[in-house]
Amino acid sequence: MAWDLPLIWAAVIGLAVAMYVILDGFDLGVGILFPFARSDRERDQMLTSIAPFWDGNETWLVLGGGGLLAAFPKAYAVIMPALYLPVIVMLLGLVFRGVTFEFRGIARRKGRWNVIFAAGSAVAAFAQGVILGGLIQGIRVENGQFAGGPFDWATPFAVLCGLGVVAGHALLGATWLVMKAEGELAEHARQQAKVLLVAVLGFMALVSLWTPLAVPRIFERWFSLPNFLFLWPVPIVTVLTAFAAWRWLDRGPGARPFVAAIMLFLLGYLGLVISTFPYLVPPTLTFWDAAAAPSSQFFLLVGTLILLPIILGYTGLVYWIFRGRVGAGESYH
Amino acid sequence: MDLDPVLLARLQFGFTISFHIIFPSFTIGLSAYIATLEVLWGATGAERYSRLAGFWTKIFAVSFGMGVVSGIVLSYELGTNWSRFSVVAGNIIGPLAGYEVLAAFFLEATFLGILLFGRNRVPRWLHVFSAIAVAVGTAISAFWILAANSWMHTPAGHEMRDGVAYATDWLAIIFNPSFVYRFAHMLNASFLTAAFVVIAVGARYMLANRYDEEARTMLRMGIGLAAILAPLQLFIGDQHGLNTLKHQPIKVAAMEAHWDGSKPGDFYVFAWPDEKAERNWFAIPIPRGSSLILTHDPSGLFPGLKSVPPQDRPPLVPVFFGFRIMLGVGFFMIAAALYGAWLMWQKTLFETRWYQYVVANTWWVGFVAVIAGWIVTETGRQPWIVYGIQRTADATSPVPSGSLATTLALFVLVYGIVFSVGIYYINRLIAKGPQPRDELREAFGHRPLAAGVAPEPSDVGS
Repeated sequence: MAWDLPLIWAAVIGLAVAMYVILDGFDLGVGILFPFARSDRERDQMLTSIAPFWDGNETWLVLGGGGLLAAFPKAYAVIMPALYLPVIVMLLGLVFRGVTFEFRGIARRKGRWNVIFAAGSAVAAFAQGVILGGLIQGIRVENGQFAGGPFDWATPFAVLCGLGVVAGHALLGATWLVMKAEGELAEHARQQAKVLLVAVLGFMALVSLWTPLAVPRIFERWFSLPNFLFLWPVPIVTVLTAFAAWRWLDRGPGARPFVAAIMLFLLGYLGLVISTFPYLVPPTLTFWDAAAAPSSQFFLLVGTLILLPIILGYTGLVYWIFRGRVGAGESYH
Repeated sequence: MDLDPVLLARLQFGFTISFHIIFPSFTIGLSAYIATLEVLWGATGAERYSRLAGFWTKIFAVSFGMGVVSGIVLSYELGTNWSRFSVVAGNIIGPLAGYEVLAAFFLEATFLGILLFGRNRVPRWLHVFSAIAVAVGTAISAFWILAANSWMHTPAGHEMRDGVAYATDWLAIIFNPSFVYRFAHMLNASFLTAAFVVIAVGARYMLANRYDEEARTMLRMGIGLAAILAPLQLFIGDQHGLNTLKHQPIKVAAMEAHWDGSKPGDFYVFAWPDEKAERNWFAIPIPRGSSLILTHDPSGLFPGLKSVPPQDRPPLVPVFFGFRIMLGVGFFMIAAALYGAWLMWQKTLFETRWYQYVVANTWWVGFVAVIAGWIVTETGRQPWIVYGIQRTADATSPVPSGSLATTLALFVLVYGIVFSVGIYYINRLIAKGPQPRDELREAFGHRPLAAGVAPEPSDVGS
């Protein structure tokens, strides 16, 4: 077979992770912004703006995990034990925030669910950043198995990544509200988005400086020739995108800041891919090393090629059906 | 004392998966019920179907939410707890799980959004279609996950190379020898579980003299369905048992606490199987009962536990008692459903208070049967994680006991809170009862009704 199946699968999983980060990113971000809302009516409005979508958004995370198990079982078997505690903490955070969507509407006192929703969202986002940081740092592998300790991931760098992802999700959430909310909430979100934009840019700069200094192989990757000649536009484009986002935020409510925030995420993601390709588990397992048997990768790929376009189709349909802005105080309960 | 990491990993996985299965076993059946109500409403125009569909959709949303979040956990726990299983069986289990996500999860999750929030935004056919899509999605999900699970019981269509399973025939893997039985048994169990919840809610309203029209409809539909499915479940279960005898005879020996394969087996109504002494205490036997059930011959023989060394036997107590609990519940369901059907035929169902009282308080029976049944089949597979291929003790992740114990405690705490609150809220929804759907406030966009004329749900009733 002429197809490089592991490469195709790396692209599919890469797509799933990108979809997840963008889509659940904005609804986690709305959760992170919950404590800064000025009233429960505003929180109703925030929750209503994401309620029809969150479940589908989170399914990309299951595809990421399930796809990793299916296509790269050896990487799955190393990453999960290595990042055991942050993974479980992320899942618990998602449990709490996920049940809030229905529970809060039924509860007589919404206060505790406001807190739980915000905390669950923030904890999940932070854990995702820690997982990202843990992967960039690299995982100790011997004989195809994780060979490190339970707290190998716990470094200042991983904490920085965690905070960065919290800020990034919050930015996506704020720009989502700029696009989807009506009235004061959109205005409020617009001001929050500006602060968050600066914060995200700061975190991106810090992580970008720290990464090559902490990880020699990434330093090598970035600053050796001819790589550097191809890579220098990435930070430039990032800065230009951030500048455009700022300008669009200045102009008032609309979809453009959200698009710019997505662009920023994708640029950060591109940086990650540039730094770690072709490793799934740096610095030992490439996606060719970790690949499942060709018969398994092929069997699921057939279904993926048929089903993924359909999934994208009806996901698009739902976003289209629930287009338009959510008014102040609108609640689905 | 050092805690055994295998035991901790099993406890944690067992706890999280038992918690999870509660919700699918309800929502698979309930989503089909909601789809039926939507279709009936479309066909007859009778408002009670519409009110009931709206009512159950709310309860579905709460249960489904809990099922989703507890299910995401499982898709990662295979790696966090059973990484060596993922390596050995990943080539087989991975694609089956992948198909579940692609064919089912996205379908359910996406159309649930339309079902819950889209009633005033989409044409009526699309709303009905969404209800059907969610129901079909839950059934497809069961299909793939049971294919994966059945393969772990009766592996087929693969070859082993260097200790790793490789697929050779995907149809043989999916339709492995126990799959059809397990899938039918679970799907039917889910319909029954939902039916008994619907019956219970109908009876509860009947007893309280509330929502008379809806209560009658729920009782009729629930009992009608259960009267067919509960006896059918006995038949499917019997066939499934015979299939297990063929492929996993020691599991059946554990279910029956049958030690000596050279003698016909008694059926023990009660016994305390003693693994050390290799005998049963306090036994109440029906002589040759097991032989009659399993071989259809009172003097038929089937393998006993002593035919394999002790380290190849499953833990007996959970398997033996789990089986009896499941059977007991099953027979209760058959009795309750058939008696209810008889009352319905006599046209005295709506006046027979004691019957309504009984079924109003037994909404939980299906859940107990499902969990007991899963304990029988999963514990009965031990000491294997993949029968005959990999032992559970060889499947764990290199994660220390401390991490496992900590997260086990966290799961118990978090799920304890979520479950109690979920049940409490579902109960509140039931107490509030079915409401006319057009008075529900609809979110999103500018429709005349969205202006906030409808009262907050928390202000009404309850």
